Amino acid sequence: MGLLNILKNDRGGQIMLGVLLVITILVPLLNLLVPESNPLHVPTYTVTLMGKYLTLALLAVAVDLVWGYLGILTLGHGAFFALGGYAMGMYLMRQIGDRGVYGNPELPDFMVFLNWQELPWFWQGFDQFWFAAIMIMLVPGVLAFVFGWLAFRSRVSGVYLSIITQAMTYALMLAFYRNEMGFGGNNGLTDFKDLLGFSLQEDSTRITLFVLSAVALAAGYLLCRHIMNSRLGRVCIAVRDSESRARFMGYRVENVKLWIFVISAMLAGIAGALYVPQVGIINPNEFSPINSIEIVVWVAVGGRATLYGAVIGALLINYAKTYFTAELPEIWLFALGGIFVLVTLLLPKGVTGFIDKLQQRKEAQA
Amino acid sequence: MMTFSIRHIFRYLLSCLFLVSVLISSPVMAADDSQSLQEVSQLLIDGDFDEKSRALSRLAETSHPRTSEILQLLSDSQLYYHKKEKQLYIITEYDKGKVAKDLAGNEQVITKKRDYKKVTLNNKMRGVINRIKAELGLNADNPQQREAAVRDLLKDITPDTVTTLKARFFIEESKKVREMINIALAINDLKSSDDVLLSNAIEQLDGSLEQESRSALMTFVSTTESPQLKKQAQIVLKGIEDKVQYYGWLETFYFGLSLGSVLVLAGIGLAITFGVMGVINMAHGELIMIGAYTTYVIQLLMPDHIEWSILVAIPAAFVVSGLVGIGIERGVIRFLYGRPLETLLATFGISLILQQAVRSVFSPLNRSVETPDWMSGLIQINPVFSLTLSRLYIILFCLIVFVALLLVLKKTALGLQVRAVSQNRAMARAMGIRSNRVDALTFGLGSGVAGIAGVALSQLTNVGPNMGQAYIIDSFMVVVFGGVGNLWGTLVAGLSLGVANKVLEPWAGAVLAKVLMLIFIILFIQKRPRGLFPQRGRAAEG
Amino acid sequence: MSIITALEHVVDREHVYPFLVPKQAPTLDVSHKVLLYLEGISVSFDGFKAINDLNLYINDGELRCIIGPNGAGKTTMMDIITGKTRPDCGSAWFGQTIDLLAMDEPAIAQAGIGRKFQKPTVFEELSVWENLELAMADDRDVWSIFNARLNSEQSSMLLETIELIGLQENAKMPAGRLSHGQKQWLEIGMLLMQKPRLLLVDEPVAGMTHQEMDRTAELLISLAGRHSVVVVEHDMDFVRNLAGDDRTVTVLHQGSVLSEGRMSKVQQDPKVVEVYLGE
Repeated sequence: MGLLNILKNDRGGQIMLGVLLVITILVPLLNLLVPESNPLHVPTYTVTLMGKYLTLALLAVAVDLVWGYLGILTLGHGAFFALGGYAMGMYLMRQIGDRGVYGNPELPDFMVFLNWQELPWFWQGFDQFWFAAIMIMLVPGVLAFVFGWLAFRSRVSGVYLSIITQAMTYALMLAFYRNEMGFGGNNGLTDFKDLLGFSLQEDSTRITLFVLSAVALAAGYLLCRHIMNSRLGRVCIAVRDSESRARFMGYRVENVKLWIFVISAMLAGIAGALYVPQVGIINPNEFSPINSIEIVVWVAVGGRATLYGAVIGALLINYAKTYFTAELPEIWLFALGGIFVLVTLLLPKGVTGFIDKLQQRKEAQA
Repeated sequence: MMTFSIRHIFRYLLSCLFLVSVLISSPVMAADDSQSLQEVSQLLIDGDFDEKSRALSRLAETSHPRTSEILQLLSDSQLYYHKKEKQLYIITEYDKGKVAKDLAGNEQVITKKRDYKKVTLNNKMRGVINRIKAELGLNADNPQQREAAVRDLLKDITPDTVTTLKARFFIEESKKVREMINIALAINDLKSSDDVLLSNAIEQLDGSLEQESRSALMTFVSTTESPQLKKQAQIVLKGIEDKVQYYGWLETFYFGLSLGSVLVLAGIGLAITFGVMGVINMAHGELIMIGAYTTYVIQLLMPDHIEWSILVAIPAAFVVSGLVGIGIERGVIRFLYGRPLETLLATFGISLILQQAVRSVFSPLNRSVETPDWMSGLIQINPVFSLTLSRLYIILFCLIVFVALLLVLKKTALGLQVRAVSQNRAMARAMGIRSNRVDALTFGLGSGVAGIAGVALSQLTNVGPNMGQAYIIDSFMVVVFGGVGNLWGTLVAGLSLGVANKVLEPWAGAVLAKVLMLIFIILFIQKRPRGLFPQRGRAAEG
Repeated sequence: MSIITALEHVVDREHVYPFLVPKQAPTLDVSHKVLLYLEGISVSFDGFKAINDLNLYINDGELRCIIGPNGAGKTTMMDIITGKTRPDCGSAWFGQTIDLLAMDEPAIAQAGIGRKFQKPTVFEELSVWENLELAMADDRDVWSIFNARLNSEQSSMLLETIELIGLQENAKMPAGRLSHGQKQWLEIGMLLMQKPRLLLVDEPVAGMTHQEMDRTAELLISLAGRHSVVVVEHDMDFVRNLAGDDRTVTVLHQGSVLSEGRMSKVQQDPKVVEVYLGE
């Protein structure tokens, strides 16, 4: 039943997941089996980079869920991503054990540096992977729940909601910059050694993380698609297009928004948790408002309310970012800014919408 | 105890001889300042501490014009002498390669640090220096200088100074100076053992905010044996402490107002574009930044007139930012009216482009803008409370901008049209208002005000490509907190957020205070989504 | 609530906290034959009294027409009944047991009050079928919506309704592509799917042809009896047609009831004539 049924009316999703499947199988093979001298060899560096892109694509799917289908323009999803990342980072920090610079078996280096005597209460339990795994979803979920419960109940919507989500991530950024918070301040968490006993430097670990990112993206995509196929999905669209009408039909709009928002935040948390071991660091910069706005642009470029558009947008922009910041760093912000303006003015439905339109035109001519 | 070496005796005789010769030839000396300076120099170089003291006293008695300068140099440890040349040099930085300046103003480069030696002081000499300085001050023409001189004397009251002060008291005309002398004498009297004198002294110190009065009273409370006097002193001390605390609050409030004024300045342009037009302009911060860079460029253009550059920069920044704003409105925003979320994204893109443009044109590094002299300094209200001029100017500037904007919106034809368009676009157009033009001008006005805010901010912080980012969220918070579309709301919101922030700061720290403010506003918006002063009515509920 | 009473509640084991009481609206009680009570309601916006001491009673199963010039407060009245606007004073009860002023829009809708807006608001991106499906009376909590599947009874009800409003051809079409009149019909269909006890219909025939108007009147009349229907309308011919000789018509003016009674009586009321024709 299940999976194929979910994708029944979703051609874009079928293609996207198909390509993803091929890549997930091919890339590790090309990395492991093809010798380095061969031009077809995919270096581990590239594998990790691709894994990173896939986690960002999952983040974009999470944002599309609330922005595309519910009309909530969230400018704070970077916060959920970063919180998931911090939860994973805390686990990885505890895994370092006495291999840190100061060799303290209990305390991470930065705490020794700050002269702390014992582990703060909120670091307890993070030496267990299962605990960290729960926290990766629970912390963003709880924050989203509290925030959404307050905001949706008092019917803060539209631009106001966008601004306060931005204020939320900004407040978190300022807070995490403080050393007293106990998350490593400016420097964040880094120098990770291993995950579940596998060294993060090993090629095999990196490939596993890449595959896991692909699996997480596919699972997240299917979950979102499944929700949107249900009546709940249609209620979401109803809420997006006319909130008050949905209310007069007896739907508790705030509850619908709240649960979708929480699910989205959890997906963002998972994306963050997979992102951190692949880039090797998490710091308060991840909370910065510009990151959150960038995610929205990925979705806008790909096309709102399609889910697969979010994936395409995230991959396109992030590839462009990697390319430009390496080759033409001066140009990157011009390009990104230009994309913001041009997409909103000329491509309101994004790249996928544009392709659809071309196809329709072709069909009309034929 | 006293064992004089031959050399000491010799020296002593020599200085006596010198003094005698000085006394004899004093009329001549007074006429010939440079010569007396030369002789004092010799004593400062060769003499022992007593001789040095006497030399300084001499200098003062002859009312040498450079007395206070030399005293200051001595107490700042900037007076050196060359070991071989036996000449005094002023050295501000004692290091190889730095400059040494002799008293006549000739400069030379220090080649060997060892050649120069500091003119040393002991405590007694410091006392003498302070006394001479105070006496010089006490006889100054300006009453404020005299008051300051007495205040200086509070630090170290000796029988000598008491006599000087008492003498001065009778001829002093300024009431304030006499009051200050009374306080000095009262502090001195606290050391006596006469109960009546003590009681009077305590009474005299009631309400005195000088640090010395407080510490004298505190010492007195802890040492006195008379319970009655102790109680009296404690009451006076309590009164003083309450007063100090009161001024502490006043100072916090003042800091808060100035921070609030910055917030209002940053937010008020947004109150127009967001509040009146309903346009979400995420590039608002960058318009502020452009204003700040305009100030920087103006200063580059007129390096000789830094004092007045600010006054030129204000209209210039208004025009530059305003034009950029009009460009943004005509080029992008007008295609997006009625689609606030898209406007938000597009203007954010513009903000990125503007940031990068500034980085490419100027540099990614911060630029510092000079503050004109007339803006620095402070007004000392009393020893525990003073108003920094720069903050005062910011507050005034904010109020002026606010009132000007209010007048523009309320009294001018443009203002009328703006309000008409914002309330009912279709109707306004039907009445012949060119709404396109009004939109562009309104947006230009809001952007221009952002530019003016940039001029003000350039005086407070570094001017850099990221400065806009730092203010955009604050600006939105202020506008939303105050109630969209309400200039008064923006003013009240900005000022109260500023004050609240400064009140929180002492116990929470600057960053946490800011975080708390953000959380407060987030919660506040849940409770009252339309801000402090919401626009009411059916239209607003839609 | 003061801290002390709060503490007393904690100690008192018999105390029932409001959040523990199941959030079920009391069942509708119309034993007095009256379905809707509006008493002494006033509401003002910035000093402008939109509704001024309004008293209105709707009987169970009644079809009531409400007419009134622009600004008479018709829409505001509907806003108050459906929970969109809170009145400054007065009371509004649905049957004898349900206090409308204590409820929000979804709760009121679930209690059985449906509303059709002046401007047709259908969900343009959803198909006609989906629009009707969403409107259908069913569990409204998030989990139930997520798991909802149409059972055969519901499917047949949907089919019935879609035929009734004549849109069976357009079932799969996005509602946004319907004509104005079709949207009006779809909205009426959605209202029916909600199975409300009370239907509030705001200007149902705006933009309809004469034939459609007749059909609408027919439909509304057929609904009365099973549902109570309140129709707000400008179009006098339509109201005359709808009210016939035996139904009550209410005239609103400046936020309160100006005249009430049979159409023929109301039309001759000098106050009504003055308001409508001026002097």
